[in-house]
Amino acid sequence: MISKTLIREFETLLGAENVKTQEADCMAYAYDAAVLPPVMPSIVLRPSDSDALGKTIRLCNDNRLPVTVRGAGTNLSGGTIPSLGGVVLLTTGMNRILEINEADLYAVVQPGVVTAKFAAAVQAKGLFYPPDPGSQAVSTIAGNVAENAGGLRGLKYGVTKDYVMGMDFFDANGDLIKNGSKTVKCVTGFNLAGLMTASEGCFGVFNRIILKLVPPPAAQKAMMAVYDSEAGASQTVSDIISNKIVPCTLEILDNFTIRAVEDFAHAGLPTDAASLLLIEVDGHPAQVAEEAEKVETICRKNGCTRFQAAQSAEERNKVWEARRAALSALARLRPTTVLEDATVPRSQIPHMVRAINEVARKYSLTIGTFGHAGDGNLHPTILTDKRDKAEWLRVEKAIDDIFDAALSLGGTLSGEHGIGIAKSKYLAGEIGASSIEYCRKIKKAVDPNNILNPGKVLLS
Amino acid sequence: MKDIQQLTTMLKTLEDQMTVCMHCGLCQSVCPLYTQTLNEADVARGKICLLGGLSSRMLDDVQGVKDRLDHCLMCGSCAANCPSGVNALEIFLKARVILTAYQGLSPARKMILRGALAHPRLFDRILELGAKSQSLFSQPASELLGTSCSEVMSPFIGKRHFTPLADVPFHKRCGSMDTPVGASGLKAAFYYGCLTDKIYPNIGDAVLKALRHHGVGVWMPIEQACCGIPALSSGDISSFKKLVRANLKAFGSRGFDALVTPCATCTSTIREFWPMFAAEFSDDEAADIRTLAAKTIDISAFLVNSGLISDNAKLSAGAATMTYHDPCHLKKSLKISVQPRRLLQSSPSCRFVEMNAADSCCGSGGSFNLLHYETSAAIGMRKRDNIVASGAATVTTSCPACMMQMTDMLSRRKDAVTVRHVIEVYAADLV
Repeated sequence: MISKTLIREFETLLGAENVKTQEADCMAYAYDAAVLPPVMPSIVLRPSDSDALGKTIRLCNDNRLPVTVRGAGTNLSGGTIPSLGGVVLLTTGMNRILEINEADLYAVVQPGVVTAKFAAAVQAKGLFYPPDPGSQAVSTIAGNVAENAGGLRGLKYGVTKDYVMGMDFFDANGDLIKNGSKTVKCVTGFNLAGLMTASEGCFGVFNRIILKLVPPPAAQKAMMAVYDSEAGASQTVSDIISNKIVPCTLEILDNFTIRAVEDFAHAGLPTDAASLLLIEVDGHPAQVAEEAEKVETICRKNGCTRFQAAQSAEERNKVWEARRAALSALARLRPTTVLEDATVPRSQIPHMVRAINEVARKYSLTIGTFGHAGDGNLHPTILTDKRDKAEWLRVEKAIDDIFDAALSLGGTLSGEHGIGIAKSKYLAGEIGASSIEYCRKIKKAVDPNNILNPGKVLLS
Repeated sequence: MKDIQQLTTMLKTLEDQMTVCMHCGLCQSVCPLYTQTLNEADVARGKICLLGGLSSRMLDDVQGVKDRLDHCLMCGSCAANCPSGVNALEIFLKARVILTAYQGLSPARKMILRGALAHPRLFDRILELGAKSQSLFSQPASELLGTSCSEVMSPFIGKRHFTPLADVPFHKRCGSMDTPVGASGLKAAFYYGCLTDKIYPNIGDAVLKALRHHGVGVWMPIEQACCGIPALSSGDISSFKKLVRANLKAFGSRGFDALVTPCATCTSTIREFWPMFAAEFSDDEAADIRTLAAKTIDISAFLVNSGLISDNAKLSAGAATMTYHDPCHLKKSLKISVQPRRLLQSSPSCRFVEMNAADSCCGSGGSFNLLHYETSAAIGMRKRDNIVASGAATVTTSCPACMMQMTDMLSRRKDAVTVRHVIEVYAADLV
């Protein structure tokens, strides 16, 4: 329980309207987007400037209160579910873009800036911030950095970590730590910004983040290819890459997802197709034209039954409609949607798709698979009802098997959703006991009282 | 009902609908309230989790949950944009009924809803008295917009610039009406709604003129009552049922092709919310509700969908620049956005321009405006900014409640922009 005196201290520091202790307010921050039970915090704090943020963290540390930092709460692995009776520290009060520098191609932002709003502001200045996680309409930059969020453009443009140039963050004691720079090159001191990226709120709390910007591509071309065999689609993906073409987006939908999308959006997709590839190339107009032509040849050579290239912005929009509708279409089929993100080396995608189908058969579950074929990051989506206890046990076993399959193919547990609570039990299977021990030592050194998002990533 | 066990049992009836929510949080990006407050309890995801928490007894603060559930514009932006198709409005309305049954209505609401609104004739008389005395305690605020403000009443009405009550309500001026079917071969029942009747009778005149012009026969019984939305959104199911029954009685047995209304909120209430609560009525009544609901249609949609306005009519380039605000209850609930624009574009006096974010909520939210005026006005001012930036001399819409809110905002900023219903513009140009 948090004492009345301490609550008053927080109120003096942050203003009473930024301190919430009523049960009904706390309950609204007890969950995130993961399929996990909610946990009730005892206080929700929303600092609106750096000074207040640092002092808030220090007060929490002095009082040994566990702190879970929260932006939009879209985490898919439970990383923003608080500790029982702990603190939820909101970044939404610090949501200003501090600078967009067109000469030096960087931006400085506060942690609570919404990703899509930032990308739009950057675009308005004629520049480009490529990371586009599925939740970008609401997700925050600090959350993206803390999870190293990905998106559809990973294959060509990389993920969030490739755009983090530096940052200020508060350590567990509330002291401000500076790292990185506004320069392209910077080897001053350890790469703490690298350590903080994907740290899932365990090592510090972001105060300001410096992000790299790039010039936008001058042209793009979206294409759709339909296959009556999964092998044809997989071979196409391999051939595109081996022909030295790097599309900005290369997405795959399996037959189940195609049927769900067609039922939902009536986009005119062939429901008997085994796979659908959605491909977009971008860059200089001449390069785009040449690459699009090569992509078409490769698709046809691998037996695509239908090929369609968008001729206008409207048609491009239509091509992507199928992909955008995928999660919605699947989510509507059953009450509970478990969205996984096991990732394998690109060449192993056909094996991974087969393994997922095998898991679905073995446990009599409905799994639709779509995702980023170009970077090996698939989203097997298990459709279930968590209230059905027997089925839920099978879902848990299926998830175990999917991770086993990904690891045996040389892949990884999580491409972009993070470890959080949901996957911490699998961590040793991928990185081993000594790696976990090494991480624990770092955690112990930087957060001796274990107040920063305790119990996440590393099992206690 | 004061037994928490009974409350959780009642809430469990909503479980099938609530469990569809993936907690993805995308409702944050479209919720007009969240943009203003950044409080998670204000978005659909937060409210659904609060109800889930109450249902599973993770928390017991019923009033706390009810207060947060009531803090909602009921605009339906969340439902219209939800990736997993959660019917947030149905969950919230049903939960309000359940929580109100548990906590009871506040004395003020009980007086207004059960004491006045649920008795249509008494409600009419109270407001007629109000119309006669309003000039005693208010003064004109904007001549262009026809608004008033009141210092004497400011403890009750705040800084509002309100549109005064009409001297004589529409129903009293016209009386019941039954005109024969004309050239269109169609007969429409006319449901004018409270705001048209008591504040904007000109809208009623415009509807009648348009229907007459297109040869549509009109059946307008003045025994009709409020659509029930103020009662339902307060969780007062008994007043809601009384009002629905009064309307079934007024309209029930007659033959007509459509029930036409100039109010987006009345349209969506009758079309969507009445059938949602059909189980509360007898089988016969439920069947009548479904029939009436299926016939209920916005006036612009009626004229366009019935083919009364030619598709080939050339787009007008009139002298008056006008823009259009999409009422949430038309666009987000009923997907009607093309038809009102079609009416404007075929009105010779109008030159139509789109405003930015035409479909963002005006912040009115019915009784939300009465209870949370500052928040409502902050959202309304964003709408006002977009109206002014469009350069239009007139903002039009399809909902009298949106008209009141936009009028208040524009009047407070002393803007030279008038507010009109689409059908007023269209009918004025008919010869």
